[in-house]
Amino acid sequence: MTPAIELAGVSRLFGAVRALDDVSLAVAPGEFFALLGPSGSGKTTCLRLIAGFDRPTHGNVMLDGEDVTDIPPFERSVNTVFQDYALFPHMNVAENVAYGPKVRGMPGPERRRLALEVLELVRLAALAERSPAQLSGGQKQRVALARALINRPKVLLLDEPLGALDLRLREEMQIELKAIQQQVGITFVYVTHDQGEALSMADRVAVFREGRMEQLDAPRDLYQRPRTPFVARFVGSANVVEGELARRITGVARTFAIRAEAIEVLPAGAPAPDGALSCEGVLEEFHYHGATSRCHVRTDAGPVIAAVRPEGSPAAVTARGSRVRLVWSREDLVPLADT
Amino acid sequence: MRSRGARDWNAASFSQKLAAFAGLAFLHLPVWVIVLYAFTTEDRTYQFPPPGLTLHWFAVAFAREDIWNALRLSLYVASVATLMALLLGTLAAFALAHSRFRGREAITLLFVLPIALPGIITGIALLSAFKFGGIQPGFWTIITGHATFCIVIVHNNVIARLRRLPQSWVEASMDLGADGLQTFRYVILPQIATALLAGGMLAFALSFDEIIVTLFTAGHEQTLPIWFFNELFRPRERPITNVVAVSVVLITMVPILLAYWLTRPREFESK
Amino acid sequence: MRAIARFLYGRRGFYLALLLLPPLLWLGIVYLGSLFALLMQSFYAIDEFTARIVPKLTLATYRQLVSHPANVDIILRTLGMAVAVTLVAAVVAFPIANYMARHASPRMKAFFYVGVMLPMWTSYLVKVYAWRLMLAKQGILSWFVDQLGLAPVLNAALATPVIGGPSLASSYLGMFIVFVYMWLPFMILPLTAALERVPQSLLQASADLGARPGQTFRNVVLPLALPGFAAGSVFTFSLTLGDYIIPSVVGAPGYFIGMMVYQQQGTVGNLPLAAAFSVVPIILIAIYLSLAKRLGAFHAL
Repeated sequence: MTPAIELAGVSRLFGAVRALDDVSLAVAPGEFFALLGPSGSGKTTCLRLIAGFDRPTHGNVMLDGEDVTDIPPFERSVNTVFQDYALFPHMNVAENVAYGPKVRGMPGPERRRLALEVLELVRLAALAERSPAQLSGGQKQRVALARALINRPKVLLLDEPLGALDLRLREEMQIELKAIQQQVGITFVYVTHDQGEALSMADRVAVFREGRMEQLDAPRDLYQRPRTPFVARFVGSANVVEGELARRITGVARTFAIRAEAIEVLPAGAPAPDGALSCEGVLEEFHYHGATSRCHVRTDAGPVIAAVRPEGSPAAVTARGSRVRLVWSREDLVPLADT
Repeated sequence: MRSRGARDWNAASFSQKLAAFAGLAFLHLPVWVIVLYAFTTEDRTYQFPPPGLTLHWFAVAFAREDIWNALRLSLYVASVATLMALLLGTLAAFALAHSRFRGREAITLLFVLPIALPGIITGIALLSAFKFGGIQPGFWTIITGHATFCIVIVHNNVIARLRRLPQSWVEASMDLGADGLQTFRYVILPQIATALLAGGMLAFALSFDEIIVTLFTAGHEQTLPIWFFNELFRPRERPITNVVAVSVVLITMVPILLAYWLTRPREFESK
Repeated sequence: MRAIARFLYGRRGFYLALLLLPPLLWLGIVYLGSLFALLMQSFYAIDEFTARIVPKLTLATYRQLVSHPANVDIILRTLGMAVAVTLVAAVVAFPIANYMARHASPRMKAFFYVGVMLPMWTSYLVKVYAWRLMLAKQGILSWFVDQLGLAPVLNAALATPVIGGPSLASSYLGMFIVFVYMWLPFMILPLTAALERVPQSLLQASADLGARPGQTFRNVVLPLALPGFAAGSVFTFSLTLGDYIIPSVVGAPGYFIGMMVYQQQGTVGNLPLAAAFSVVPIILIAIYLSLAKRLGAFHAL
């Protein structure tokens, strides 16, 4: 099946700065695809290349199998929801949404009807006559979405659209966006720096770091099997164990990751189950978070390991400063490539 | 323990307020004096207080053919110069607003020079050039001088507005399917319309009032300021000069005030 | 139409060149070209006998400029006036700027802004003319001075050598007043902007550390206002240096650079000398600009 989007060996250099360094990926049609990474990692640059606002220094961009590297944005079947929404202030909501059809020559009454239809989809039809200045952040975001969807693009790009919203609204919109995507069936490419967002919404996630794509996987695989220390830390805050401590635990000085919730905290000297890995240390900090608690254990070798325990586990009754034993099963250990 | 004066930062002392208002009054005095003198009955118009007030001189001035000719020329020159400036200044503003290329600093300097250097330099430079080219001073030499600084004025106004336009709007428009021309028509133009208008009006007013460069580039033509300048040294016709002065103030004041009102910062310019 | 848009989209350089070419050609040819012509003219000389311009490159005109004591006088006189005007304009502008920036309520500030803008944009010639009338022997100023009983003061001022004269309208003192008046708004606005930028927190910190208002003013406010002064002074300095109308209309018979330029190219027909004279302000302004830049003028504009 032809990928909806394909980047082949794409690099974007700004002078000596490599904003994107030899990135190759393919997005399947109808997929909810996330580009995840800290700021400056190249994810937005990637998005702009797909949209057509920028040209790669090397490599090709393909949409639906066709090479669009030289094609301007107004001729690509791609639409974008911008981070600052970019609503035109001199047009009202309906006119903003109807902009795409307008520049394609659709007559007035018809495009107005179409605009109202799409506004229904985002549940904003009642505000059609308002000007953008009168809308709240969440409402602006939905107008921007409607404006992008009306053209029935093959691909919808979203550049950190929920960044400016407060937590509750953000969670609401995440559910809504996912629902809309499934309803309309368009390929979504979603840029975010929030790993929780990416994990909950996307079918697959590409993790970016300093211009390179470090890992591309489904959320569950990304979380359970990170491949590099960066991914391990960035997605799910796993413990990254390396060097001396790694050697003490496994016998080999190979870096690995172990998720905080997979670690059991026992009193020192307690027997470990067969085949389990363990190490000893001192319980330095204990943070109560209600359903779970977070323990920071300073291992004898030096580094701190974090464990997250549910309410009622033995860790809860251990006093600070006492010696404990960390235990986990061998399967939970994820070997990592050294960076 | 704080001293007493440290309490109210924002309250000015009486003497401070007095000084400020006195300064402001000083700034306004001369113009009001002229307005007053335009109505005096005495024809040498030095005397203060004026012996009486009349509208007589207005009638006399309106009957003068040379005044009307000068006025017509000034309006014509200002219009042509402004139109040229609107075209060329806007083109330049678009080219320079968001681009980065080598030599951009030099070009920006070029667009500042005509108003940075005193008018006399522009005037004598143009004259030198005309002498070299054997060009006779006339209507078009006047316009050449005016157009040059008018271009700069329009450019400054438009580029300031363009720079406040978020790039994302242009990108959004293109993203939605509008090519460059459509984007200009539907998104950019509505936003810069007021800047264009303001720049044009400012250019018009400054061209209308221009004397320094014009004295060098006009031959036998008389723009209104040139007429006025010649009249400065003729005491007998002073009241008429006053009437013309008041008229000039009014004609140039209106576009300037409008331009200022159009370009004041507004609420919903960018998100 | 689309085809053109598509064509231009990929070729940004070409598009930029297309936009930039017409205005650049105009400014380049007309403005830069004239400046170049000016420079060229200054390197020509006038033939003493035929009174015609000899198109041969020579330094004779410049030599004439700097060797004749009268010419040097003119330059120094203009320079002196420019400096004096700059300093006094700053002193007069400061109370207004200070009030506007630090003490006026928002409505009062807007009122003052319009109040400063209006005279600034009023026709230059009308303002000069108005002053000529006001300064005349029987004009407003004399009447005012008489009313206040300050006539002897005025007469004493007019009797002062160099700056005095038969009346205000024909003395350097009068010319000086007009210059200060003319460029006052150009000094007020940058000063106001600079003073506005002085954060309240600095003033409070100063008082907190024990400084009295006068000390705070001298040690905190004044130094921070300096870039504003530098920016404003660029205007007052260069505008005074190049002006020829005000010295012609109001003032003593002594010549200023601008007047020389105007006269030499007009009745005398000595364009090379006029050109040479006009190069002087260019150089002086360039020097002044580099000085002002060090004082931070360009950040205050």
